[in-house]
Amino acid sequence: MTRMTKLMAATAALLTLGAGAAMADTVKVGLVGEMSGPFAVFGEQFKGGVEAFQAINGTEAGGKTVEVIIKDVGGPNPDVAKRLAQELVVRDKVDILTGFGFTPNAAAVAPIATEAKVPMVIMNAAAGGLTGASDYMVRVSFSLPTVVPPMAQWLVDNGYEKAYVIVGDYRPGHDTEAAFLEAFPKAGGEVVGNVRTPLMTVDFAPYMQKIKDAKPDAIFAFVNAGDVMAGLMKAYREKGLEEAGIKLVGTGDITFEPSMPAVGDAADGVVTSYPYSMEHPSELNKEFVKAFREAAGSDAMPSIMAVGGYDAMAVIYAALEKTGGDTDGTALVDAMKGMEWESPRGPISIDPETRDIVQNIYLRKVENVGDHYGNVEFETFEPAK
Amino acid sequence: MPLTLPRRGLFALEILFWIALAASFFVFPDRLYLLTQILIAALFAVSLDIALGYAGILTLGHAVFFGMGAYAAGLLAKAGWAEPLTGLALAFVLCGLVAYALSVMIVRAGELTQLMVTIAVGAIVVEIANQATPITGGSDGLQGISMWPVLGAFDFDLWGKTAFVYTFVVVLALFIVVRRMLQSPYGLALKGIHGNRKRMYALGSPVEGRLRFAYAASAAIAGVAGALLAQTTEFVGLDTLSIDRSAAVLIILVLGGTGRLYGGIVGAIVYMVVHDFFADLSPEFWMFWLGLFLMAIVMIGSGGILGGLSRLVRSERS
Repeated sequence: MTRMTKLMAATAALLTLGAGAAMADTVKVGLVGEMSGPFAVFGEQFKGGVEAFQAINGTEAGGKTVEVIIKDVGGPNPDVAKRLAQELVVRDKVDILTGFGFTPNAAAVAPIATEAKVPMVIMNAAAGGLTGASDYMVRVSFSLPTVVPPMAQWLVDNGYEKAYVIVGDYRPGHDTEAAFLEAFPKAGGEVVGNVRTPLMTVDFAPYMQKIKDAKPDAIFAFVNAGDVMAGLMKAYREKGLEEAGIKLVGTGDITFEPSMPAVGDAADGVVTSYPYSMEHPSELNKEFVKAFREAAGSDAMPSIMAVGGYDAMAVIYAALEKTGGDTDGTALVDAMKGMEWESPRGPISIDPETRDIVQNIYLRKVENVGDHYGNVEFETFEPAK
Repeated sequence: MPLTLPRRGLFALEILFWIALAASFFVFPDRLYLLTQILIAALFAVSLDIALGYAGILTLGHAVFFGMGAYAAGLLAKAGWAEPLTGLALAFVLCGLVAYALSVMIVRAGELTQLMVTIAVGAIVVEIANQATPITGGSDGLQGISMWPVLGAFDFDLWGKTAFVYTFVVVLALFIVVRRMLQSPYGLALKGIHGNRKRMYALGSPVEGRLRFAYAASAAIAGVAGALLAQTTEFVGLDTLSIDRSAAVLIILVLGGTGRLYGGIVGAIVYMVVHDFFADLSPEFWMFWLGLFLMAIVMIGSGGILGGLSRLVRSERS
């Protein structure tokens, strides 16, 4: 238990006592996240999102105090994730599991959720069809293949008919590549070439030279956030692809908010598609960004992962309200099915069949929004169904 | 003046150690998963000890065999034969054979070359597993493994009781075999090769054959450790093959003490318990404290924990 949650639980307990009511029961939520190591930004985002939600909505739901227990999985370590989840369930007796930045971690924990009948709310892991792994899994992030078709459509609509695809060489990259290779020709475009780059490479100069020689109208990119995306943008500028009239587009991963300060103006004008932008123009999002920064630091940049943290708590709170504080796992998952609510990213809901999220995908363009470069939304694609 | 222990006392101590390990089942009934993973890490470290501590083969790629065993057991279960013991046997044989073939390159190389070759093989195998997405699941991992009950009677349960007992029995059985092997004349010959290779040649000892066998045995046991992990977590990820895992097991072994048979086990217990303790205390900054702890241990002296202990307590024979 972190000091923050301890403090919150203590405050909540004091308030209940002060009101003269009987001490409320506690609902325990176990968060398995990447709190340390090279992926610590995942954990920071989750924790900031959870704390922002609790700062706005308090620590009570369905008449019970919600306590969050955070465990560090340190990266894509499925065996550790499984052990932590197991211990959270049998030792800490948590009622709900959440977190999960990486698909392997979530997939390894799925059998525990099924066996223990504990709802498992995914904050980030983005592989397509993941929620099929357990009947108790609910996802509030997004899946990569759903983000791609709007981007493909926009390219063709705006006269970019020849595209070159560049993706990170791992499973999510392969999925994204496959989605684009299917969506782009369907929209009327032509893929003139594609390349997979090593996951952690930061030197994109040779790839950019090769792409420049192929003379496409646009590059569709999906690479890891952080140094990798910064390397891509830098090579794109240095090799003069923009001057050659080649447009850089991609999924929102290449304009990941927490990495934007490091990229600076190199990202100016890049168009991406994603379910969340920090610049989303809504009252709730403004409140969320403010609360996130109070929790995570005044210059912290919330991303889709932070919103995942926020929405995981939102769906847990709403389900608890609906069951009247009943923590039976099956009842909670049933309550989550079909749930609709307003998220900082916009209106979202949970598909009652797949338990996966249904949401808008936004097209955004990187612009200077005052003190930083941000993803400004200019077009909304409503979900297909 | 170091304490002297009669030889019989040392053996009694060993028995006591294993009884204490078994008793942890009753003492920590809600930590069985951690205990299971400690046992698996211990077996993996013992396997590395055969290669590194006894035969003197420097390797930073031992996770290749750990992961290969894990994938072998996982894929066999997915292919429709989810009987746990068969999975272990497959991992044992496969890893042993592959290592025996690879050992031609490794036993002839000098120490730095051995490091290089083992790292290179590790990198290649990880990339193959990453690319072979249809078979291995790539970076998403091998999902949907569901093991049959052990011996047809004991189902893998949520509390990890079966997983612990199963792992404990397998680890103990293999440990007894390894102990026997290393205390035999063959084990002495390995120590001799490690100590002075040229002299062993001069004595007419088949140096290369012995090293190759040691490497293959070491890999086969590492494969079983990996298979145990795959079966008890019912999942295999690319991390089982990673160099991080090779490095972690090396740290565990050095922490416990190389060439001492129990070094890997003691190292695994201390490392994983301390790791878990710090990670619970501070989910964000535990690496700092763990690093500090490891540095403190190294400062105490060479030979790891067992090396330190051996300076305090001596057995009659030595």
